[in-house]
Amino acid sequence: MAPFTVYVLIFLGLPLYEVIHGAFTSDADQLTLHNFSTIFSSSEYWIPLKNSLILSAWTAGLGAVLGTWLAAAVVATPPGSMLRRVVSSASGVLAYFGGVALAFMLIAAYGRPPGGVLTTWLKDIGIDLYAQGFNISSLFGVGIAYVFFQVPLMVILITPALEGLRPQWQEAAESLGASKLEYARHVAVPVMTPPFLGAVLVLFGNAFAAYATVLALVGVTVPLIPAAIEAAINGNVLVNQDRIAFALGVEMILVVSIVMVFYWMAQRRARRWLQ
Amino acid sequence: MSAIGGVGPDLVGGGSLLQEIEEAGTPGPPVTRRRRRPRAWRLVILVIAGLFYAIPFLAAVKYSLIQNDGSFGFANYSAIISNGDVRNALYTSLEISAISAFVVIALMLPTVVLVRLRLPKLTLMLEGVTILPLVVPPIVIAAGLAHLQGSAPEWLVKLWFNHPLTGLTPTYVVLAMPFTYRAIDTGVRAIDLRTLVDASRSLGASWAATLVRVILPNVETAVLGAVFLTIAICMGEVVLSSIMLYNGVLPVEMIQIGAQSPGISVAISILGLVFVFLLLFSLSFIAGRRRGSNSVRVI
Amino acid sequence: MIRFEGIQRQYGSVRALAGLDLEIAEGELVALLGPSGCGKTTALRILGGFDHPTAGRVTVDGKDMTGVPANKRDMGMVFQAYSLFPNMDVRNNVAFGLRIRHEDKAKRLARADQLLELVGLTEHADRYPHQLSGGQQQRVAIARALAIEPKVLLLDEPLSALDARVRAQLRVEIRNLQQRLGITTLFVTHDQSEALSMADRVGVMNSGRLEQLDTPEQVYRHPATAFAAEFVGAMNRLPGRIGDAGDVQVLGQRLTVLNAEGHQPGSACEALVRPEAITIVRDAAGAGEVTQRTFLGASVRLEVLLDGGQKVLVEASSHDVGVGAGTRVGLRILTESVVVSDPGVAPDPEAVPAVA
Repeated sequence: MAPFTVYVLIFLGLPLYEVIHGAFTSDADQLTLHNFSTIFSSSEYWIPLKNSLILSAWTAGLGAVLGTWLAAAVVATPPGSMLRRVVSSASGVLAYFGGVALAFMLIAAYGRPPGGVLTTWLKDIGIDLYAQGFNISSLFGVGIAYVFFQVPLMVILITPALEGLRPQWQEAAESLGASKLEYARHVAVPVMTPPFLGAVLVLFGNAFAAYATVLALVGVTVPLIPAAIEAAINGNVLVNQDRIAFALGVEMILVVSIVMVFYWMAQRRARRWLQ
Repeated sequence: MSAIGGVGPDLVGGGSLLQEIEEAGTPGPPVTRRRRRPRAWRLVILVIAGLFYAIPFLAAVKYSLIQNDGSFGFANYSAIISNGDVRNALYTSLEISAISAFVVIALMLPTVVLVRLRLPKLTLMLEGVTILPLVVPPIVIAAGLAHLQGSAPEWLVKLWFNHPLTGLTPTYVVLAMPFTYRAIDTGVRAIDLRTLVDASRSLGASWAATLVRVILPNVETAVLGAVFLTIAICMGEVVLSSIMLYNGVLPVEMIQIGAQSPGISVAISILGLVFVFLLLFSLSFIAGRRRGSNSVRVI
Repeated sequence: MIRFEGIQRQYGSVRALAGLDLEIAEGELVALLGPSGCGKTTALRILGGFDHPTAGRVTVDGKDMTGVPANKRDMGMVFQAYSLFPNMDVRNNVAFGLRIRHEDKAKRLARADQLLELVGLTEHADRYPHQLSGGQQQRVAIARALAIEPKVLLLDEPLSALDARVRAQLRVEIRNLQQRLGITTLFVTHDQSEALSMADRVGVMNSGRLEQLDTPEQVYRHPATAFAAEFVGAMNRLPGRIGDAGDVQVLGQRLTVLNAEGHQPGSACEALVRPEAITIVRDAAGAGEVTQRTFLGASVRLEVLLDGGQKVLVEASSHDVGVGAGTRVGLRILTESVVVSDPGVAPDPEAVPAVA
């Protein structure tokens, strides 16, 4: 037990302490909330926050809906089948490893012509996406990339819940006279709502904290919170912005923590019903 | 850890690595098998989804096969070995992955076993601690570390931060903790730990021997899963390494090269995706065979 | 009145039902009894509309049910487990069928309360399914099925997932309820004591065929096939020889053979005799020796080893028998007729046409 505690204290506790301590102190090492007032008052830091929240929200929503459809289709296939194995492994790859590799894959496919294979092909047949304003290396492009791994993550999250929908429920409902739609309305949807919401929250948190894809696709210039933190740390614009970075970090921790609390609440309900 | 910087999926009951696989062995309440006819709409959805992912992938493969002079060939792939920077970055990343995986197991397995055997009251605390790396996004951890890197005394910097191997590995272990804890915990829960340990000890084995010879083989699927996950995370982690300015690891190298020779980066990406896919895919077979069940959920 | 006419169900190469003909009278409780995979659940599901036959048809009161979806069949179904809707409390679960039929809220909740009283769960009306025990959940499931006042009640091994004590209790309650309401019922089970104690008629099924359909007593005392004989109750297989006049020589006695076709005079066979149909007496020159005595409370089970090496199970009231292990005894079979089967072979399924 001791080695574990020591390890965690050093390698997690220490950086965490640095961040929290740094966020609440001034250059003169006195306790202050100045860092926070800066990040909440200046549009330089408001905009990344807003962008991060919006980006996380729509990629989570879209990913959740598409992911649920896909999961519903997968759940219907028999468990030992090749299809199931492939989907399961592929979901794992994209959801956990995604990031950089995914970004390059999308650049290769959707980059600016003549770089992107697909966009070039589309341009050749008359559809010039880039002329319309599309750009994979933009905030929107990052969002598209996010959806690519939000969907598999949703599949991973929602599949246990979908499998928890017992066939007896539908059959019992039918024997009592309900149509498929009525079953969905009265039983399936209410039962699936807590796990669905919980998963959406996870997707949101995931997108909010993600940064790897951003780095690979766009770089530090994109107006998102993680990029703002990096910029502050590595002093690209102004030097000695460390404390701002820490304050932003605390802000991130706060957002994620709030998400976690709601998630935990949704989980409790889900666990009771889907047992 | 690349894509996931925030909360992880294993917190949803049953959604964690190997939980499905390990639980498949336990007998559940009797449920009649309902035979289902495959319906058209399911096929349509699967096909559409498959296309959405397959098309960019194939496009990327094609892209990776376009060499600098415009012809088709494997130059981008051979560059992985021939290009010194790339090769070194690959080795470094592999080293980091291997060491991280080892440390993770060495750290987590005994701890999980110990808590389950002797200190059950600490279970909740352990779970809470392992969730922390998810609540604190890697970027934030990176910020703290970078600050340390800048402000720490000379000797510490030399010991810890000079080389990516020592600088990144320990934190990678922490990043992997939530997922590996869940995987190992599931594996340990599925076996009758108490009985195995008592039997082993009564036959005269020491704690170390019990751990290595008795417990480890019985949770090998879970451990394997944890190792694969750690490798996947380490090989793809770019946030920490880039913030701490370590240029010698693979993902960072990929981004840097991406500016001049994107073909190589794409080639590496393709290989990486395929490699991790094969890892997880093979895991589903190993797990299934061991339990003799049909369950193939890998993550 | 329900009628199964030539029902067949094939799944690829698997034949779940191979021609089922069965009639269930109004107000009758018929139990389908058999091992896993015999087709009993398939038959039930076909009746309920959750499965369709590959041949044959089902009629209810003369009306052909082919193509009628499950939700239009007006049949209440109780599953083995887990069928309660988790997001509704008990009262709303029971009232669900009425809600679908657009009954107004006050009426349907009142009716639900009525039914909950019938099954003895009034004080649990506001609880949720996950807060109830297995037995309580099944009671709710029954109430829910009865709430819509269905023509037919279908029970798919409803007691199999419950523990023994609850099972015994619910068995009686279900039967009483069914008789009181006079509702036509099809009950599927693999537990023969359930089937025997609850049903008006028992249908013994094996490998997709109905082997015998008769009252519980008839099925037990006069099994029509070797399978029926062995599946219901314990059974001895005693070596014997077929005689010339449809009789068999076993344990020194001559008995009439019930299933004489296919068994040649002079051939060896095994006679199926129930343990309680054999009696023993102390006899120093007897045919066998008691090797084991198991006290079961009301009865005593003795294992007797014959000199030829054959083991015989004898069951007797614990008042009658004063013999213990090591005593030499003589045996006598009490019945006069017996079912035989080929020696060493598993019971040969011989389909018996439905007894209407």
